[in-house]
This record gives sequence, C-alpha cells and structure tokens, in this order.
Amino acid sequence: MTIAVKTFARLAEAASALSTERGARFLAGGTLVMRAVNEAEPSIETLVRSTDPSFVGIAVTSGRVELGAGVTMAAILGERELAFLHPVARAVGGPAVREAATIGGNLFAPSPYGDFASALLALDATVTLAGGYGQRELSLEEFLGRRERGASLVSSIAFKRPANEVFRFTKVTRVHPKGLSVLAIAAQLPLANGRIAGPRIAYGAMGRMPLRAKAAERALEGRPLEDNAIAPALAVAADGTSPLDDAIASAWWRREILPIHLRRLLLGAGRS
Amino acid sequence: MKTSIQFRLNDEEVATFADSGSNLLDVLREGIGDLSVKGGCWQGTCGTCTVLVDGMPRLSCVTLAESCEGKSIETVAGLRQGAKLHPLQTAFMERFAAQCGYCTPGMLMAAKALLDREPNPTRENVVDAICGNICRCTGYEPIIAAVLDAARAAPRRS
Ligand SMILES: Cc1cc2nc3c(=O)[nH]c(=O)nc-3n(C[C@H](O)[C@H](O)[C@H](O)COP(=O)(O)OP(=O)(O)OC[C@H]3O[C@@H](n4cnc5c(N)ncnc54)[C@H](O)[C@@H]3O)c2cc1C
Ligand code: FES
Ligand code: FES
Repeated sequence: MTIAVKTFARLAEAASALSTERGARFLAGGTLVMRAVNEAEPSIETLVRSTDPSFVGIAVTSGRVELGAGVTMAAILGERELAFLHPVARAVGGPAVREAATIGGNLFAPSPYGDFASALLALDATVTLAGGYGQRELSLEEFLGRRERGASLVSSIAFKRPANEVFRFTKVTRVHPKGLSVLAIAAQLPLANGRIAGPRIAYGAMGRMPLRAKAAERALEGRPLEDNAIAPALAVAADGTSPLDDAIASAWWRREILPIHLRRLLLGAGRS
Repeated sequence: MKTSIQFRLNDEEVATFADSGSNLLDVLREGIGDLSVKGGCWQGTCGTCTVLVDGMPRLSCVTLAESCEGKSIETVAGLRQGAKLHPLQTAFMERFAAQCGYCTPGMLMAAKALLDREPNPTRENVVDAICGNICRCTGYEPIIAAVLDAARAAPRRS
C-alpha cells in the first residue's frame, strides 16, 4: 500500500489535516515514523508534514526559551545560548539521528527513548497545541498524561530559562558514546542560602513516559546538597516509578541503580 | 500513488518517479540506480545507509524521499574524482578499515561529514562522528585510525 504525503505551509492547516485525514500521522524528523512506514504499519495511510517557518524557530531571551516543535537536536547543539541543553541533545542518537530528530517528536517517543522530553519536564515546560480553530497551551506534565489519547499537533514548547548551574542532566547507557537509556535524570536544583528551594526532578526510562520524582523533590526541599542531607531523598528515589523490563535493562536493575546516579547528580555530576 | 522527485545527486540533477512515502534509500537504489548506498536494517539503527543531505549526515532509510526535493545529496559514488580516490578511501584501504565492507559506505559518508566541517578532528570527534554506524568486523580502531590519517593527508585549509 502506498501512502499519501501531504505537506502544508501553515501549521494550522497541518493540524486540521491530522484530525480529518484517514490514518493520518504527523511526520517531523521521521526517525521513528519512517521506521513504521518501512515496516508497512497498516494504521498509517497519510503522512502530514509542515514547512511553516515557526515550526523550526528558536527564540531565547534572558528569561524565557521558546522552541518550535520541529527544532532538531542538531539545531539545539548549534545554539550557543542553549548550552545548558547541549548535553541533552548530544545524548540523543548519533550525528545522523540528531540532524533529523526533533524535540516535538521526542515528546512522543516510547520509553526508553524520550531523553529530551525528561529534560523538558524538569524545566517545567509548556506545550502549545495547534488546532484548526486556534492554539492551546498546557503543561508538559498534563500533555504527557494524555499523550496516547489524541492526534494533536504540537507547535511549540516553552520554558523559563534556568539560572546558571541550576540545571543538570545525566544519561546512563551500556554502550558509549551512544546508547539507549538505562535511565536518564534531569533536574533543576535552585539554591537559596545554600539550601534547595523548589527542586524539580524528572526521570527518563523509569516508566512508560518521562515522569517527575515527586517524593525525592519533597525530601530535598530545604536541604543542602550534602551526602547526609540527601539520604532521605535517595531512599524514596524510586517511589512512583514503573520502569520497563526491556533489552537494555530489567526494571529491577533500573530501580537499583537509580539512587546511585541521583546521588552523583545531586553531588555535582551532570552540570553543563 | 507515484510522485516525482528531483534533487542533485553528487553534483548532477536527477529526477525519478517513486511510490509516495518512499524512503530515500530505496529511491536512490531502486529509482535512480545508485547502488553505492547500502541498506542493512531500514530501522535507523545500523548506519550503513548514511548519506549527506545538504552537507549533513542523514540516515537515508528513515528519511522521507519527498523531503529531499531540491536538495543536494552525496553518496559514496561521488567521492572519487575520476581515477583519484578520496583521501578517506585511500586511508581506509591502507589501514584495512574494511573487512566485509558492509558498513564502509556509511562509515565513509559519516567521516566525510566530519572532515568537511572539522578538518583537524580529535580522536573523540571521530568516535562521535561514527558512533551511529555499526561495524561487526573491524573493532572500529582501524576505521578511527583511517579517518585521522585522511585528515592529516588532506590539503590543509588553515
Ligand atoms: C538509531 C536511533 C537512535 C535513537 N536514539 C535515541 C536516544 O538516544 N534518545 C531518544 O530520546 N530518542 C532516540 N531515538 C528516537 C528518536 O530519534 C527521537 O526520540 C526523536 O526525537 C523523535 O523525533 P522525530 O522528529 O524523528 O519524530 P518522528 O519520527 O517524526 O515522529 C515520532 C512520533 O511523534 C509524532 N510527532 C512528531 N512530532 C510531532 C508534533 N510536533 N506534533 C504531534 N506529533 C508529533 C509523530 O506522529 C510520531 O508518532 C533514536 C532513534 C533512532 C532511529
Ligand atoms: S539501513 Fe539505515 S540505518 Fe540501517
Ligand atoms: S567491515 Fe564488516 S561490518 Fe564493518
């Protein structure tokens, strides 16, 4: 069966087509969609694309970052103002994958993929959905919660730019320099008078999709980043997680090593 | 449904008709007849199908051919100039960087993408450039050595 490819100059038109065409699937970088097409996935009858310039736009001000959902990992790596995100973008595949893979596509990538999405969750990002009748903004957390329900088009992603040294990221793999996640941890760790104030920690590959480490966040509040002080957070690090058993690692192993890597991150690893 | 696709391939204009939704790898091999590009997995995993699209490395098996309309594509077939091999090809021969040769087209193009941008790469740069390309024969070391040799052999730009 051949597939219809429909390319739209405006995101709103692409969003309408996505909701009205039979068997429509949005194509961004295609690193996952084209796999499915090559395997003749029967649910895909139409590929919807957009050449809207806003889809690949990058706007960075002192306080805020706004990224078109079609921005690639390579484009992030080419933007000096986004240096804090370079370790995250570099963690996604090899150079040829990074040229194509988009940040929007990463929000839909099944576990153990989704490294960039975990970073965006730690950054408290919001997602803008394009529809035929206008746009709608919602938190990434809410978006991930309903990800599997509908075929909405993500047009852009925005977040507050973290202060220097506040954002950290680590990805644990078996193969170096490139491998799929055993797990990934992204964190914003703001300090007030040497103590953690309002931490935000997200895990990749610790569930079907990126998730917050809410118990660890609560246990860190008001504590200095020192070995004894972080022990209670490490004890609850795996609370609320439901990692997969897959070819990369067992769920048991992921839970076992999570506190070890969270400890390293809290004590200074993963700064960009 | 057939669709027409036109792009530059190794500095020549080419055009073909392909099934809509085809990947670039199949279009290059079956539509245009450039058999220098190899397919291994059609999953984006092995890297042997790596080509350059507007100078940047792309996995042709997971690239929608229609998205390459009007672009410039480079494959291994365009590397040598007449009888003269590209410095990467010479270095791969001299370092025994190809055994079964299956990964070689992708390795050469991933390495070319690096050297075109970074004529004086470090070993780490080379490892990163080929990290999406699987080789089951050489253990990678001869390939890394060949890319570093090729960088040294190429005329200096700076
Ligand atoms: C060899 C290889 C290695 C990889 N390594 C990693 C890795 O290390 N880490 C990682 O996280 N991922 C990895 N991936 C997975 C993938 O490349 C990335 O997750 C990438 O970010 C997906 O983006 P894409 O633009 O290619 O998505 P596509 O393939 O274009 O789309 C993926 C899904 O998302 C939907 N979609 C895409 N964009 C939008 C949008 N804007 N709005 C609505 N729906 C949308 C599509 O319809 C599709 O269902 C790898 C893939 C390959 C082939
Ligand atoms: S054939 Fe494209 S990556 Fe294997
Ligand atoms: S030479 Fe055989 S796979 Fe690399």
